[in-house]
Amino acid sequence: MTDAISAQGLVKRYGKVTALDGVDLTVPTGTVLALLGPNGAGKTTVVRILATLLRPDEGQAEVAGMDVLADPAGVRRKIGLSGQYAAVDEYLTGFENLDMIGRLYHLGRRASRERSRELLAQFRLEDAADRPARTYSGGMRRRLDLAGALVADPPVLFLDEPTTGLDPRGRTEMWEVIQTLVSRGTTLLLTTQYLEEADLLADKIVVIDHGRIIAQGTSDELKSQVGGERLEITVTDTNRLTEARDLLEPLGIGRATLDHQHRTLLVPVSGGASVLTEALRRLDSVDLRLDDVGLRRPTLDDVFLILTGHAAAESDDVPSGAPQQEVAR
Amino acid sequence: MSLTIPHVITDAHVVAKRNIIKIKRVPDLLVFTTLSPIMFVLLFSFVFGGAIDQEGGGAAYREFLIAGIFAQTVIFGATITGAGLAEDVKKGIIDRFRSLPMAPSAVLTGRTLSDVVNNIIVLIVMSLTGLLVGWRIRSTPLEALAGFALLLVFAYAISWIMAWIGMLVPSPEVVNNASFIVIFPITFVANTFVPLATLPEPLRTFAEWNPVSSVTQAARELFGNIPPGAPATTSDAWSLQNPAAYTLIWTVLILAVFIPVANAQYRVSTSR
Repeated sequence: MTDAISAQGLVKRYGKVTALDGVDLTVPTGTVLALLGPNGAGKTTVVRILATLLRPDEGQAEVAGMDVLADPAGVRRKIGLSGQYAAVDEYLTGFENLDMIGRLYHLGRRASRERSRELLAQFRLEDAADRPARTYSGGMRRRLDLAGALVADPPVLFLDEPTTGLDPRGRTEMWEVIQTLVSRGTTLLLTTQYLEEADLLADKIVVIDHGRIIAQGTSDELKSQVGGERLEITVTDTNRLTEARDLLEPLGIGRATLDHQHRTLLVPVSGGASVLTEALRRLDSVDLRLDDVGLRRPTLDDVFLILTGHAAAESDDVPSGAPQQEVAR
Repeated sequence: MSLTIPHVITDAHVVAKRNIIKIKRVPDLLVFTTLSPIMFVLLFSFVFGGAIDQEGGGAAYREFLIAGIFAQTVIFGATITGAGLAEDVKKGIIDRFRSLPMAPSAVLTGRTLSDVVNNIIVLIVMSLTGLLVGWRIRSTPLEALAGFALLLVFAYAISWIMAWIGMLVPSPEVVNNASFIVIFPITFVANTFVPLATLPEPLRTFAEWNPVSSVTQAARELFGNIPPGAPATTSDAWSLQNPAAYTLIWTVLILAVFIPVANAQYRVSTSR
């Protein structure tokens, strides 16, 4: 399988600030790579370099078999880019936005119009097609922007934070659209701050922080880097939490953690379901009642916290990576 | 497949069309660009007119004034180029353009061309206002057309300076302020509103060689607005004896310098 995107040693400096500090990545044709990192990690810089908008200070990259630095015009014919904020012209209608892009891809007048109508239908913007884009909702604008990236049906697609700033419904809609695209074989490089998004959409995840790649692999591989499964129980009566710990800790492979407030107990384990059965048997024998029990694999949030020492979407007042609480920019 | 000459033209046409749609959809923009010149025509005609042209009660001054206001307005109209580009950069539209396999020069060319359309609309509105306050074209239609064309061509050249400024400074607001500081004095230290003879010496020489004076003078001549022996014709400077030629020389020079400079700045500013 050939690589649709490959980059070696990308470095970009802004004065004394090093935005990218030697980034290598490859995206095999037809696969999805998620570039995951907090704000300011360098995700957008990578995309801008690969999309020929920015020249790296060092390093080289190829997209769709063409050198980004030597043949930027060639690369541009093979890519679609949808940015962090929707780069739609708000005074043009949805149709006019797409038709303009089609003309600038030199599709020809008729082909451009047909393609625009087709995309508007595909993205459920038909009814709004002839309204100026400034009347669109945030989700509609984002879909229009994505449609713009698809006008020439490019084999390689860059989506820079496609769902940042969208409400949960808009985000789900966007995910569906992206999944449809990917199922048709488009190679996609996606940046995101949302672990959930990377987990859902990507074949491979590259975690980037402070301009460097700090981890990469499939979602499963990253999770196992952080450690294996944990047995998690929630007791009905918080007073029996320590008793539960004494019973279950010997089953585990490390120290148990207690959370009295949420009445939960976490025990790192290995052995899967047999450990779970044994744990339930022991608890049942002393008639210790539970609200919830399960084997938990680490989330990507846990991965991020462990790899970087801070949560994925770092913010002063929102400590967790809860997507709904994040501010777009 | 490399970019061919037709693409340079069709791409610029597509970009210009997009900007013209904007004129249509945001009429307030056009209203404000035309309202202030209308206001200028009325204020200058009736506030200063009487003081400057006491015998004629302002009629002769109004005739003198109109070409000057045309010149000032189309030059101010050119600032839309800079502000519009700065806004496109801010909104990410330029990034979209740059990720497309289009001719890079089409972004600026399309912009400057659509601003000519804007200026044509403004000139029509102002001409009608001028006719209302007593201004008349006293030459042949062909000469009058040449007068309008010269104003537009000169403003087109200024558009390219503004395109450069638009790529140089970061925000549309800064572009507006920066261009105001430059354009206001240039359009005032000229024969736009007062006869050159009334200016004190260093200013007068500057005004004589100021291309704003020559484009105004040329327009006045082509509209037939200069009665024999009028004070505006008393300057012996070559620039005002041959105003159309002098204006065209400036136009060509500005275009020769600023088309490449603005395009270079476009590449630098947008790839940061």
